[in-house]
Amino acid sequence: MRLMTKVGNWFDQRLQLGAPIRETMEHPIPRDTASWYYVFGSAAMTAFGLQLVTGILLALIYVPTAGEAWNSLQILNHQVSLGWFIRALHGWGSNFMLAIVLIHMVQVFLFGAYKFPRELTWILGIFLLLMTLGMAFTGQVLRFDQDAYWGLGIGASIVSRVPVLGPLLVKLMLGGPIIAGQTLSRFFALHVFVIPGSLMLFVALHVLLVLKLGINEWPMPGRLVRRSDYLEKYHNLTHTDGVPFMPYGVWKDAVFSGVILLCIAACALYFGPFGPSGQPDPRVIQTAPRPDFFFLWLYALLSLLPPALETPVLLIGPVIALIVLLALPFVSGEGEKSWKRRPIAVLTILLVAVALGTFTNLASHAPWSPVMDAGTGSPIASKFLGGRTPLEIQGALVFQSKQCHNCHALGENGGKRGPALDAVAVRLTNDQLVRQVLQGGGNMPAYGKNLNPAETTALVAFLETLHPSGQAAARNASLRLGEQP
Amino acid sequence: MSSPGGLSRRQMFLKIAVLFNGIVGVLLGIPIVRYILSPVTRGRRSGYESWISLGSVEQFPSGQTRLATYRNPVAESWDGETADVPCWVRHTDGDQFQVFAINCMHLGCPVRWFPQSRLFMCPCHGGAYYEDGARASGPPERGLFEYTFKILDGKLQIQAGELPTPGPSAGIYEKKPCTKRSPCA
Repeated sequence: MRLMTKVGNWFDQRLQLGAPIRETMEHPIPRDTASWYYVFGSAAMTAFGLQLVTGILLALIYVPTAGEAWNSLQILNHQVSLGWFIRALHGWGSNFMLAIVLIHMVQVFLFGAYKFPRELTWILGIFLLLMTLGMAFTGQVLRFDQDAYWGLGIGASIVSRVPVLGPLLVKLMLGGPIIAGQTLSRFFALHVFVIPGSLMLFVALHVLLVLKLGINEWPMPGRLVRRSDYLEKYHNLTHTDGVPFMPYGVWKDAVFSGVILLCIAACALYFGPFGPSGQPDPRVIQTAPRPDFFFLWLYALLSLLPPALETPVLLIGPVIALIVLLALPFVSGEGEKSWKRRPIAVLTILLVAVALGTFTNLASHAPWSPVMDAGTGSPIASKFLGGRTPLEIQGALVFQSKQCHNCHALGENGGKRGPALDAVAVRLTNDQLVRQVLQGGGNMPAYGKNLNPAETTALVAFLETLHPSGQAAARNASLRLGEQP
Repeated sequence: MSSPGGLSRRQMFLKIAVLFNGIVGVLLGIPIVRYILSPVTRGRRSGYESWISLGSVEQFPSGQTRLATYRNPVAESWDGETADVPCWVRHTDGDQFQVFAINCMHLGCPVRWFPQSRLFMCPCHGGAYYEDGARASGPPERGLFEYTFKILDGKLQIQAGELPTPGPSAGIYEKKPCTKRSPCA
């Protein structure tokens, strides 16, 4: 033990870091903040640390070339001892890190921690969020599979919509005219050097600001922030009723970080690594690309926006969101901190959470995507076929062979792009069915050129049988009863 | 050493040093920026596009739409399969072809051809196109991209080399009149 002290002293005499570190660790914090609510920032940093370590471990094997990346992931998954586990840790670590960063941000917002004098801490935090999202997107690209390949195509398509500069930005993003080797190389450089480097710098500044300005005190309803006297009040709070960060606050941080690491490891062990899915071969077009979990809401949004609104929303939306986030501490830098007295703040969080949750949930079953193999893979249930005339059966065959089933559901089967047709005869008369099939409209392609008159007659005859047994089919009210076809 | 109200000798040296480093920075910055912009400037100089053969015309029976692939004219040895680009070839009649890009004009996912319903459908957000590439339904704002084609010595050739995207770069794949530099036939 004496030797340890001696060695320690030898280093400290030269580095002279002991005193400042001790001072930092023992700086006074408001008593209420040694709380389980104040652990998310340090947990995000722990998750980032895990990403750095596992990322370096993966870089030992991973080959960042378009021709070999996918193969090297297979080697990692199946041949390198515990390579799958390191990949799983990195993948699950990424999800946990993003989730914790978002929770941290919501908590900071609801606790009013972005108000004076911590505006810059909040702004650095916004950039940290952007970088974390950037890491998630570039990481998804490095898992160079089908989803990554077509995801890059989607990215390029979005970028190409920038007025004037679009084509230039697409080539800058792809590193060439198509998605190929140089695309992967530049995303590798971004994911491994540029963004992590900036992240480390920004994390350091973010933490430095927390130390310099002190942790946000527990918000009390009615205790207002004023620029004139806040610093003095905070000083009093920490120095009359304060406790040293070490050990009062730090043990909870440490426990929570440990729990998070354990959760990541458990998920990695139980669920395993993410992908890779099929090879990044553009010739394999039997694929339905999906983004990773945290970008699913965007996938839903891109499907549901009216086409004319899409480009403006894609290009202007993020700018507005960024401006709102950056302006927040300047617009409401003073006043009430407690969420109990900030109903609009609470409603904003609820609205955003419900919106993102709804979009994510929708994206997980993607009702807007046609079921590409329904024409061959989903037969029509027998209850729609029993007791039908030969013409109607012929119509059912047309329905199946012309891929109507890809977009229209019958019973539980088929696509949800168009309306379900279980009771279509109740809604549309014979004439209306013919018109809809031949001319399309309402987001349905026109089949006029693809169906001959016999096929159309048969198809409509089948569609007219689709009504509940107790409910009559729609009829043309302009015709007399006896003339109904 | 210092004159009241003026620059001291040391302050002036510092300013000169800063200015000197500024000049060095700019001198180094020019090649760095040009290096970063090389994917853009290269395309401007010689162009990424060139004529590529999709194989003999007989491979594409009249009245049918078939998948063809080509090796991108600008490719590196480490590109692997990513430089093998697919496209849809529709042989309407005689010398008349339409060659469509695989990418949906909404966000670039690969469209699939359904010969029974004579539609191209996209698996991502549900875009659909008629057999002539015109938009049928869904989020795309325009029809499929069409490559310029020509028939040379019984081979179907297209002018390709760049990823078609729905933005303003769409113009590069609009049907171009035949020129001396790139004659059609």
